[in-house]
Amino acid sequence: MTTPPLLETSNLTIRFGGVTAVNSVDFSLKETELRCLIGPNGAGKSTFFKLLTGQLRPSEGHVKLRGEDISGSLPHEIARRGVGIKTQVPNVFNAMTVEENLWIAARHKHTPAFASDLAEEILTQLRLTGIAKREVGQLAHGQRQWVEIGTVLAGEPELILLDEPAAGMTHEEVERTAELILEINRKRALIVVEHDMQFIKMIAKTVTVLHQGSVLIEEDVATVLQDPRVRDVYLGKGLAA
Amino acid sequence: MQKLNEMRVALICAVIAAAGVIAAPYYIDLFQIMQLTVFAAMAVLALSLGFIWGYGGILSFGQTSFFGLGAYAYAVAAINFGDSTGAIVMAILIPVIFAALLGYFMIYGGVSDVYLGVITLTVSLILFNLVNSTAGDFYKIGDARLGGFNGMPAIPTFNMPGDPGYILSPEQAWTVTGLALIVVYIGLRVLIASTFGRIIIAIRENETRAALLGYDPRFYKLLTFMIGGAIAGFAGALYVNWGAFVSPTIFALGLSAQIIIWVIIGGRGTLIGPVIGCLLMQWMVTAIGGQQALDANFILGAILIVFVLLVPKGIAPTVVDLVKSRLPKAKSDTANSNAKVKA
Repeated sequence: MTTPPLLETSNLTIRFGGVTAVNSVDFSLKETELRCLIGPNGAGKSTFFKLLTGQLRPSEGHVKLRGEDISGSLPHEIARRGVGIKTQVPNVFNAMTVEENLWIAARHKHTPAFASDLAEEILTQLRLTGIAKREVGQLAHGQRQWVEIGTVLAGEPELILLDEPAAGMTHEEVERTAELILEINRKRALIVVEHDMQFIKMIAKTVTVLHQGSVLIEEDVATVLQDPRVRDVYLGKGLAA
Repeated sequence: MQKLNEMRVALICAVIAAAGVIAAPYYIDLFQIMQLTVFAAMAVLALSLGFIWGYGGILSFGQTSFFGLGAYAYAVAAINFGDSTGAIVMAILIPVIFAALLGYFMIYGGVSDVYLGVITLTVSLILFNLVNSTAGDFYKIGDARLGGFNGMPAIPTFNMPGDPGYILSPEQAWTVTGLALIVVYIGLRVLIASTFGRIIIAIRENETRAALLGYDPRFYKLLTFMIGGAIAGFAGALYVNWGAFVSPTIFALGLSAQIIIWVIIGGRGTLIGPVIGCLLMQWMVTAIGGQQALDANFILGAILIVFVLLVPKGIAPTVVDLVKSRLPKAKSDTANSNAKVKA
């Protein structure tokens, strides 16, 4: 008997009125695989993530995690099964400190003391120790992105979804993010949505391209970037580099 | 460390306040003591909303439902049991069960925040009409006649636990009520500092993020709502103990609105704020009641408008901000990190 993939979607579809935001997507991800998901604005990437995390219910089709159907499950149930997400807009606890944000995330699985240790460890790993006591609402956009990545890590998920992790970051921060993603990927599977093609080149092996809610192509990064259809849907934006 | 210090300061303040409560009857006349007793009972009610709204993010417009249910549960139980100890337990238990049922249908049913306010308000009005129409011999539970719009008079007040013959004097009743307020306050402080407290604050801040980390917001909100119900019910028992009387007006719209005003004026997101707001406004209502020149509701309305416009955060947070702005910069930075999850 073969082990089922970590994540599998079949015929995954969601419609909002007359608009089909995600259209019959069949997607599969192996354990500890790193997949990049690209596509122009409105391609359905963030909606696809919302379907995977239970923030939206599919109109049709299924999402399976290790062979178990999780379509229609609630966000907290899916999170408990080991799916963590960094959303497109920083989604953090603004009135709490950086440290507390990470602690709350870690506390779900661990004792208070262990959660503190884990939060401390992640603060060091993400170089956030200097701002640990700062209130997150007062931080810059880029720093809040890091805090959110930190909370996702503190939750120790097996599958991490990152929606535009490099958005609003400086060049140096983008490189650090890429390094971090490769480091996380040694143990955990990731799906990364990103527009920055330089960034994609730094991390990607396999890339899935979404266009108008459907999978346009799914190949290794070099093939995808050379594909004329991909160039067309992106209108050449950033791909020539 | 910061939180430990804060907790230590709160405990020291609580001990001083407790000493003040115990010493008060020796220095203040009986009339004032009676006034303070009802103020303290109402402050417990204010804490119940201060907790669920300020920390749980749940705006209940009908906190009087639980207050009234607690009062009636106490009255019925005290008349039937002939002892106040079990009656106080009932005054907490019945509102908790009611909060669990009501909260379950609202919170697990996905009712939005605005509609939650509307539903809780409606429920308190339904209870008002329901209890209002219980006049006559038919409506009695055991020996207790509910009395409809006339209310229930001559309700046994608190007695010494285990000794129904020993009825507490008004001074002792004050001590019990004053200490109850301090115990509820400290209990909530401890709860807020606990993991549960951190999680409900996290849910208030960002429900989606909390859910995406694996916390079920509905479960935590329901628990918060039930704790608020328990405290309001307990306040109901304290209130009946003060007046030995309860009538359906306890469920009325006026009191529901007042509780919200106390919290707004004192400061949402703190615990001391609702207590200050409640004590201050009740003291003002009593003071205004002594004159004929202006209608009390007119003055209260004006105060509310002034606060909403000029002191939107409420008294407690504004005072904290003022003190902080006068502290040296370095200190104020550290203090800032815990600003919104303190008090």
